[in-house]
Amino acid sequence: MTGNWKSPALYAAILAFGVAAPFLFPGYTTQIAILWMMILFALTWDIAGGQMGYNSLGNIFFFGAGMYLSAVIQVGMFTDVGTYTSARGGEQLVLGYGDYFVSVFAGMAVAAVGCVLFAIVIGWVMFGLRGPYFAIGTLGIALSARELASTWEWIGGGSGIAMPVYPGLPDEKSQVSYIILFVLAILTFLSVRWLYTTRFGLAINAIRDDEEKAEAMGVHTTRYKIIAWSVSAFFLGMSGAVFGNMTGFVEPMEVAFPTVTFGIFMVVMSLLGGKGTLWGPVIGATVFHIIKEVTWTYMLGWQWVALGVLIIVNVVFFQQGIMGWAQDKWPEFFGIEVEEASAAGDEEAA
Amino acid sequence: MLDNINLLTLAPSLNVQLLLDGLFIGAIFVLAAYGLALVWGVMNVKNLAQGEFVIMGGYLAWHLGTYNVHPILSLPIVAILMFGFGWVLYVAIIKYVVTRDLFTSLLATFGIALVVQQALNLAYGPEVRTAESGFGTRSFFGGLVTVAEIKFISFALAVLLAAGVIVFMKKSRMGQAIRATSQDPRAAKVMGINTEKVYAFTYALNGAICGAAGVLVSMIWVIQPFYGVPHSIRSFVIVTAAGLGNLPGVILAGLGLGMAEQYSGFVLGAQFQQATVVGLLVVVLVWRQIQMAQHRQVVK
Repeated sequence: MTGNWKSPALYAAILAFGVAAPFLFPGYTTQIAILWMMILFALTWDIAGGQMGYNSLGNIFFFGAGMYLSAVIQVGMFTDVGTYTSARGGEQLVLGYGDYFVSVFAGMAVAAVGCVLFAIVIGWVMFGLRGPYFAIGTLGIALSARELASTWEWIGGGSGIAMPVYPGLPDEKSQVSYIILFVLAILTFLSVRWLYTTRFGLAINAIRDDEEKAEAMGVHTTRYKIIAWSVSAFFLGMSGAVFGNMTGFVEPMEVAFPTVTFGIFMVVMSLLGGKGTLWGPVIGATVFHIIKEVTWTYMLGWQWVALGVLIIVNVVFFQQGIMGWAQDKWPEFFGIEVEEASAAGDEEAA
Repeated sequence: MLDNINLLTLAPSLNVQLLLDGLFIGAIFVLAAYGLALVWGVMNVKNLAQGEFVIMGGYLAWHLGTYNVHPILSLPIVAILMFGFGWVLYVAIIKYVVTRDLFTSLLATFGIALVVQQALNLAYGPEVRTAESGFGTRSFFGGLVTVAEIKFISFALAVLLAAGVIVFMKKSRMGQAIRATSQDPRAAKVMGINTEKVYAFTYALNGAICGAAGVLVSMIWVIQPFYGVPHSIRSFVIVTAAGLGNLPGVILAGLGLGMAEQYSGFVLGAQFQQATVVGLLVVVLVWRQIQMAQHRQVVK
């Protein structure tokens, strides 16, 4: 949104909501914290998926990898990981405030760096794949990571790792996680917003529009693709580390590599909001999360069917997303000329 | 792990057991993969719901079994039902996907997969099921190799089905129309082929093939609402490894995958069987990427 007075007002409103929310709705702190994480998910997915046209179905890999890295670091700082996990959560780590926060931030740092390294190594192989092969390949990476984690005894196998216990009360813990996730989401948004204004943004858009031409013009496509994925991995890894601490228990199937929940949510949210736009993922994540939280519990087992139907309808009949639709409808509001409106739409995002 | 390999060399007939099991299960993989290759090649739709069709066919057979219909008899019924289901899906959803970009078809069929598996879960619950066929088992090599008779029957049925589909594609008017459309949809249209109908028929035929494969799976193996995903992945592994339009390749890759899975399940342990499938997917894609990298000139 390029409106001159609108943006500062909007940012201020979001910031005010973010700061005030835990006080206004103390019962929903965790849900709103997850909303920030969802926004982070959608934003990071959109870097490669929307702006670069490389639709990954396996970005959840970085989330889980970050979670496991931080878990291993946090536990390993104080005790031996192998013996700790073989006790099957029999004795949980109880730490003081100082140790706990040092371990959490160390875990986050390692998760971020480790996931960037993963992104470089895996991206180096995966980014040779195009179109559907890339999507299926990344899905394969996420699924095989999940299988690997659930058979690897050192990190607890299928029964997982219990994270260190938060030294304070549960309410305090959810507030702390809220603050970290909120700050992370803001950092992600600002970094992504800045990146899209630089040459990097132009380069990945060029890759999306026509990779061969971009290459012919001298864009180092492989390098840009890996950088784009590394940015996603950096933030996803950290969010995984925080989420692991938030739930207090890391397990491969449902918590670390939830391919059909979070892994698909991030795609759906970006598409719903409008992929390839800056605000689309934010709007999509917000709308999706609110709808999901409100309706999920009333659907009595039908929620997954509803999610599938939502994906189909979204992909087949409403692919431009909320943001793309709004841009088509009121191009002046977004400060785009009408000729550009079609370029900003999603027809070329493929 | 090494013990298991030793065991294989000490008792060679165990290999026969594994190879036979792999062959029987691989024949079913070939069917599902052939369906995928058909839809992919003709209408460029990557059907991620492939495994769900298989499982759905299995559940239909199981359901008919509760009315005392023998699974072998239910096979044609299920194939017809799944044909109709595929046609309905085409008219409702796939029609709008054919002309769109690649990711759309992938995600839309993923949505279909999600709906089907969850609906099956709601209808039949998460228990693992088998359609009872009531045949005995036979032992060879002094009891070291035991094979259920139904597996031989299922293998024969799979071969018959595959042969039937191949003859249909070669000889019949519709099969010729399908092949013509896959070569060049525009030219086919100019020649008076109703491509819309061809697409619908292709997708429905894929449903029927998968449904029939599902009946065989329910007879010789197990079905469960969430077992569709590995089947989908297997189909993708086979088609990607073989390449589109390479029927002998699909057959070889399918049978090979079946045996590879049996061996990894035996050597590494049953919990690695799924990991093998997923791992093979990654390996096949990486291998493909290395192959393609030789043809591609990239600015490093």
